[in-house]
Amino acid sequence: MRGRVAYFGVFTALALIFSYIETLIPLQFGIPGVKLGLANLVIVLALYKMGTGEAYLLSVVRVLLTGFLFGNYFSIIYSLAGGLLSLSVMALLRKNGGFSVMGVSLAGGVFHNIGQLIVAMLVVETFSVIYYVPVLLIAGMLTGLLIGIVSNEMLKRLVNISM
Amino acid sequence: MKIGLKKKDWVLIIIIVCVAGLTVLVHTFIGGKGANRVVVKIEGAIQDTYSLSEEGDYEINGGTNILQIRNGKASMVEADCPDQLCVHQKPVSLNRESIICLPNKVVVEVETGTSREFDAVTQ
Repeated sequence: MRGRVAYFGVFTALALIFSYIETLIPLQFGIPGVKLGLANLVIVLALYKMGTGEAYLLSVVRVLLTGFLFGNYFSIIYSLAGGLLSLSVMALLRKNGGFSVMGVSLAGGVFHNIGQLIVAMLVVETFSVIYYVPVLLIAGMLTGLLIGIVSNEMLKRLVNISM
Repeated sequence: MKIGLKKKDWVLIIIIVCVAGLTVLVHTFIGGKGANRVVVKIEGAIQDTYSLSEEGDYEINGGTNILQIRNGKASMVEADCPDQLCVHQKPVSLNRESIICLPNKVVVEVETGTSREFDAVTQ
């Protein structure tokens, strides 16, 4: 139990650092919402090494902390919608079986963007954001796949550590 | 490339690409050329309409954002929000394209002014 708490703390710190690094990378694709999602790496690792409950807690804690530190009220709602939808889909696919870490992470990336798009649609009360769907789908897929590949490599090396 | 993707992963990838392709098709069908004006909406309510053929800078939402129209394209040149996402976005000119400033709840949407033409015909 003590070990779990310690690991949870380390994971939270790591997620926070990744979120911060993300804000330092000046990646602008001309489309709002397209980013690497480095913090998702930690979420995927938590999902596989610690379990669904811990991953949810980590996700919420991360969003609240990064929101208060680097973002604003909007970025919290935004990230929370994306993060929770993404995690729900990832947990479902992982439980379902048949998907590799890459597949799970890839779906996570896509649904992260879909979650944010839904919030955007509700906030500005327009359907015209639908125009972003193809870009967000492909972008989410590629970044999710990238995160998945890294997660997979990390998980291979973390086999002997139980959390 | 050996990254260990399973069969179900590929199915997932194919589905996502297909959905993305389909939305592009739908978009080009409904959208496309012929757009001639931008509509500025704040919290879903139409605030102003500007023609894409007239160049100019417009203050919207009481000065929180500045919209610029040049060469038939609209872009956001200024916003008072911290993230500046709408400012970094590429200019829009095609039907149903939009620039959105979430913090200020401002939507700039390109559309075809068919209703106005219709009024002119029926007069």
